[in-house]
Amino acid sequence: MAKQILSPLPGTFYRRPAPDQPVYKNEGDSVAVGDVIGLVEVMKSFNEVKSTEAGKIVKFHAENEDAVMAGQPLADLE
Amino acid sequence: MPIKRLLIANRGEIAVRIIRAARELGIHTIQAHSTADVDSLAVKLADEAIAIGPPQAAKSYLNIPAIIDAAKKTQADAVHPGYGFLAENAEFADACAVAGLVFVGPSANAIRMMGDKVAAREAAMRAGVPTVPGSDGRVDDLETARRVIAETGFPIMIKAAAGGGGRGIRIAANPEEFDRLVPQAKAEALAAFGDGGLYLEKVIERARHIEVQILGDGHRAIHCFERECSLQRRRQKVWEEAPSISLPEAVRRKLCASAVALAEAVHYSGAGTLEYLYDDASGDFYFIEMNTRIQVEHPVTEFITGVDLVREMLKIAGGEKLRLKQSDIFMRGHAIEVRINAEDPAQNFMPAPGTVTELRVPGGNGVRFDTLLYQGYTIPPFYDSLLGKLIVWDEDRPAAIARLIRALHELQIGGVKTTRSLHLALAADPAVASAQFHTRWLEGWLESNATKLAAE
Repeated sequence: MAKQILSPLPGTFYRRPAPDQPVYKNEGDSVAVGDVIGLVEVMKSFNEVKSTEAGKIVKFHAENEDAVMAGQPLADLE
Repeated sequence: MPIKRLLIANRGEIAVRIIRAARELGIHTIQAHSTADVDSLAVKLADEAIAIGPPQAAKSYLNIPAIIDAAKKTQADAVHPGYGFLAENAEFADACAVAGLVFVGPSANAIRMMGDKVAAREAAMRAGVPTVPGSDGRVDDLETARRVIAETGFPIMIKAAAGGGGRGIRIAANPEEFDRLVPQAKAEALAAFGDGGLYLEKVIERARHIEVQILGDGHRAIHCFERECSLQRRRQKVWEEAPSISLPEAVRRKLCASAVALAEAVHYSGAGTLEYLYDDASGDFYFIEMNTRIQVEHPVTEFITGVDLVREMLKIAGGEKLRLKQSDIFMRGHAIEVRINAEDPAQNFMPAPGTVTELRVPGGNGVRFDTLLYQGYTIPPFYDSLLGKLIVWDEDRPAAIARLIRALHELQIGGVKTTRSLHLALAADPAVASAQFHTRWLEGWLESNATKLAAE
């Protein structure tokens, strides 16, 4: 099974640092451990989601502004 | 016409509060809710409920067309906006009027005027209410700004005209910082509020936050005395009380009269709060802003005056004249409210949603707990962290603090971290006991008392 990045918290997932800025990562981008791939807003506080693995993002499972649960896969890596 | 069917366009403890007041008046209650709130206490308590959208507030509790549509579908004749969300949104008040719905609050014009902090400042000046020294109106160029600062000196606050509730504020300590912060503040205000207008206010060091509760019917207004909310973290209130023991009787009379004068000058209808800074060294007070809605901390006023503020709002919105005269309003004893948030004080107040495995609610004489919790409830992560408000009343302030400590010990919320430990530490602090605090006191206290806030 490919590696996955899981949401560390429940909340709202954002792929961009701000609405008028580009996404942190696109599908096909490579990531290193600690790279920020998105934000999860929980109770009005914003938390960075960092990759826990190195690899290439093959697919995002959550879109911008999706509601996510803790432990939910956000992206597949290879 | 009295309200018969009320849509509650809010959530959490305030939705529960509104349902209670409405049902006591024989009003049919309809709870509007996001899909994340289908299991909420408010939905369980209301006569009926209607979904208005997905979890994210922008798509549900802030979605004006969805709320108006829900009101029509459920044949509501009135909408209560609570606090936050659309409570101070003039466009929403307009949309209600267009749809033939009563908006439980002031007119859209009053919201608009008080929502523009510069217009509110000007209205206060016209009504003879003292304001914080600063710019006369909006500051459009650095030349005007420098003239203002020549009189006020540094540090100076740069505030967004469309801001409020502690948002859109920057403090500059010197001219270089000022020149750097103004463009930032303008851009941020434009992005956050759709209005880049700025104004300037002198920084009042060591001020207390004192606010006056008013009720008006569009013609006449009364006050229900003041609340003191000086204990704040990041400009959010943490602990609120009524009355303020720092206020001499003569100052209280002047302060409350100024609030009534301003409310009457703007033909205010419903419940509202005028916020002031109070300098207890000089005895001077300065109007800062008006909140055109019910406030989180309204129960402390209800405890000392016996007036049910949400009931009065509903009656006024239903077309009744203000029933109370100023001479009907007395205060007795002392009330304190503490906010129980789903935050971990030991981890820099990190939000902590989760499932409530155990709930023991405090009770007894003079204790009130307004909450959205029930045992087994899973707190959704999409909204603010307020879980409940513990409010106590007793004959005087020392007795109220003792009662607060007793009630905090009874309160048990299992499964989630809360700010209960912060309030136990504050209630035991000598500076809190003597009310020797100001709006920036708590942040300093938190830095030096982190160890007292270890996880429970």
